[in-house]
Amino acid sequence: MTETYIARSQAIASRLLGNEMMVMSVIDSTFFSLNEAATLIWESADGCTELMDIVEQKICPTFQVDPETALHDALQFVHQLSQHDILRVSSRPLNEAASVKIPA
Amino acid sequence: MNTAAHHQIGIEVGGLPVLVHTQDQKFCDQLAKYYAGFVSHSGVARFHFEVEQLAQAPDPGAEISVEVRDGIWSVRRADFTAECNPSAGSAKIRQSAGTHSFDSVLRIIHTLALADEGGFLLHAASALRNGRAFIFSGVSGAGKTTLARMAPSDATILTDEVSYVRRLDGKFEACGTPFAGELARAGANTSAPVDTLLFLQQGPENRIEEMNKQEALQRLLRNILFFAADPGLVSKLFETANKFLESIPVRRLTFQPEPDVWSLIQ
Repeated sequence: MTETYIARSQAIASRLLGNEMMVMSVIDSTFFSLNEAATLIWESADGCTELMDIVEQKICPTFQVDPETALHDALQFVHQLSQHDILRVSSRPLNEAASVKIPA
Repeated sequence: MNTAAHHQIGIEVGGLPVLVHTQDQKFCDQLAKYYAGFVSHSGVARFHFEVEQLAQAPDPGAEISVEVRDGIWSVRRADFTAECNPSAGSAKIRQSAGTHSFDSVLRIIHTLALADEGGFLLHAASALRNGRAFIFSGVSGAGKTTLARMAPSDATILTDEVSYVRRLDGKFEACGTPFAGELARAGANTSAPVDTLLFLQQGPENRIEEMNKQEALQRLLRNILFFAADPGLVSKLFETANKFLESIPVRRLTFQPEPDVWSLIQ
């Protein structure tokens, strides 16, 4: 399976309110309110940690969910945010690889 | 400054004075009537607007667009084009005749100037009562004009449509505006510190409830009037909205369209 790396875009403004991250694209003002799980992925999107590792090490133990389900949900979330250029997605650690298309 | 512009009129909204220069005395008279209560005779100007009126729309079919490039604000719609240099405090406006196009340009210039200075225009009514400003935000039909119409005599309406929020000495203040909605009446030209932001919805009883900050931020951003896809200004607006919510209580006001709802607003 293709590895997936994610990194937060520079073209966003964000603020943590409670346990939820508020994220706005400064390009088109699209606004996202991330739930707790999505916030955890967002905060871990450093461009060098593989998405599966984020899911297994952070999402599964925190929310008691199986890795397969968690990865499925994480990919959907990543796909949605990448479409608004809020997350950058790559098959290799970011800044050294071409972007990959996440299946809808 | 174009020396061909013979007539001028000062318009000051939210403490931002604009001096309009035009060759058309009739247009000056129209502006004086339209912005009555906001006409300034001080001669002081943060912006000088050179207005050229055209017999036809300058860019028929154009959608609204607001761009910031090399420090210049370019605003365009079918019925006007405007180039504003905020550093120089100058703007050139070419527009269809009349106050309607001018009013749109003025509103947009205010959104840009405010964004840079930690304020914003909000789709909201606002009123001053007991020396404090209350802001009532909501989508069209939520009851902004209805609430303004029912205001008691000791409440001063600042606007029924577009609220003006600026930051002065670190505190948020609401100012009256001439930007009217269905009430078709300019607000009072005065200002006061913001007491509460209330998001409106009509319901079977009058009540005020707390709102969580996440929902408040989302609704506030949705109702701020801003048209420029400029990353720097959008970032500033996001920060301003967060600062506003850190310092101003935000509540949900459910109300019946009856005057006694004002007993909750004081």
